[in-house]
Amino acid sequence: MIELLPADGLVIVAKHECHTCVLVEPVMQSLDKAGPLTVITQDDPAFPSGVGRVLDDQQLERSFHLNIEAVPTLIRYEGGREVGRTVGWDRAEWTRLAGQAAAGEGLPAWQPGCGSRSVEPGVQEALIARYGDPGLASREIPVGEWDDPIEACFERGWSDGLPVVPPTDERILRMLGGTDRKPDEIVGLIPPNLAPCTVEKVAINAVMAGCKPEYMPVVLGVLEAALDPLFVLHGLLCTTHFAGPLVIINGPAAKAVGMNSGINALGQGNRANATIGRALQLIVRNVGGGLPGGMDRATLGNPGKYTFCFAEDESDPDWEPLAQRRGIAAGKSAVTLFHAEGVHGFIDQKSRTPEELARSLAMGLFGVGHPKLCDSGNAVLVLSPEHYRIFKEGGWNRRRIEDELYQALKRPGRDLIHGAQGVAEGLPASMADKIVDKFPPDGLLIVRAGGPAGLFSAIIGGWPGQRVREECQAVTHEIR
Amino acid sequence: MNYSSKLRDPTAETSPTRRARLAPPPSLDGKVVALMDIGKSGGAVFLDRLEGHFKAAGVATKRYRKPTNTKVAPASVLQTIAAEAQLAVIALSD
Repeated sequence: MIELLPADGLVIVAKHECHTCVLVEPVMQSLDKAGPLTVITQDDPAFPSGVGRVLDDQQLERSFHLNIEAVPTLIRYEGGREVGRTVGWDRAEWTRLAGQAAAGEGLPAWQPGCGSRSVEPGVQEALIARYGDPGLASREIPVGEWDDPIEACFERGWSDGLPVVPPTDERILRMLGGTDRKPDEIVGLIPPNLAPCTVEKVAINAVMAGCKPEYMPVVLGVLEAALDPLFVLHGLLCTTHFAGPLVIINGPAAKAVGMNSGINALGQGNRANATIGRALQLIVRNVGGGLPGGMDRATLGNPGKYTFCFAEDESDPDWEPLAQRRGIAAGKSAVTLFHAEGVHGFIDQKSRTPEELARSLAMGLFGVGHPKLCDSGNAVLVLSPEHYRIFKEGGWNRRRIEDELYQALKRPGRDLIHGAQGVAEGLPASMADKIVDKFPPDGLLIVRAGGPAGLFSAIIGGWPGQRVREECQAVTHEIR
Repeated sequence: MNYSSKLRDPTAETSPTRRARLAPPPSLDGKVVALMDIGKSGGAVFLDRLEGHFKAAGVATKRYRKPTNTKVAPASVLQTIAAEAQLAVIALSD
């Protein structure tokens, strides 16, 4: 229980590390002699010297309850009520509130104070969690005195198999500070259980995934895109296929949160890449109830189901970024979601012309799903800088690359039907006389990413569910 | 128990915060029952009697013992039980 403040008299909140507070130390001594004075000190119980009643507020509980934003703050109480307050050193205001003893001979007439320790970054949320009402609706889960909160999260089934950051009130409040949206706003219904998911639940799972608060607009945008009926998140979760959601971020948001589109862009090591993708998966797991072995029926799955998220390299002004290609205005941030299996490396260190490289890439792309199938999923082609340079130097832009690959991915049906090439898998015999496209016209998404060295690109196969094009597609949404 | 901290539930809150106990199996046919002696005096007497009853009923049992009753069972003991048995009875006290 904190010590009560006087019903009548003056209260000053100060900290030793504040130059203005040190400057007015003689004034505080003078006020102490003139009448009842209480000084609440935020950082040093021995400061100020020469004052009778100094309350240690290193835990900042008083500062929090008094809503102190800067120090020194002088408050006058009468009859148990605050009747006046001034912030910083202002001779006229201090004299008005405290009388002539606060005149501060020799001091400047005015000097601003310093920020209160109680409003330093990250502190206020901790104080709300500790002393105030966090206003969170999600139920509290107590953790035993000797229990490890990380282990408690594992035991409750909240983890994807890796440790999660325990969702404490202060962390959730900080996360909610990353968005203007209200905590109780429902973002959508999360499959498979079609459970309503509020912004607060998104924040909790973002905390657990390891996100920073500034990622929240991106996480919310990713989730909203994932809930687009055309993305068929429920089906993607339930499938026995490998696929899971791949998140590709375009626009200023990617740079703002420090996403990686360069060296090892599809790999580990970048917090935003890693945790934004993971947050989506944790929301599906925890809010939607999509658990492996439950509704997630993947035969093998793929490591990208922990997280699979990267940004496109938009550094070349000649390149039309994926989001713009898919209808988002230039300069806007956007998320594209694709039903993705794992990364298949593509090596070509011999091609020197765009024509050679397009034919070569087509050979790699034929392998998506099965070399003899044309309805086993679309694909994302991640063009590395060195491969892209071959196209660029040959004068090919995105549209030309897409068109040329589309043409190069046509094959005679007779090579693909059941039994052809001694392989049972394949297309129906009725396709034998047709020329068959590997992908539909918009079925190949090309994106630029990767480090500067290496004539390697990446092929990310899609999901057979995409073959019903009017029901299931990759989606691109602007991030609000 | 004193709770030193609290977390917020990340789920849709459709299940109780306390996990439900596993339901007992409908039958002991084909099951192996682990009989765990934590090392307290009298525990072995109880387990001997129980083992006899199981044997009479045609239920297979295996005996396990903690190295000391003053510490929790080592992971190797728990892993062995999990690998070799489907149910466990623990003789808890004197």
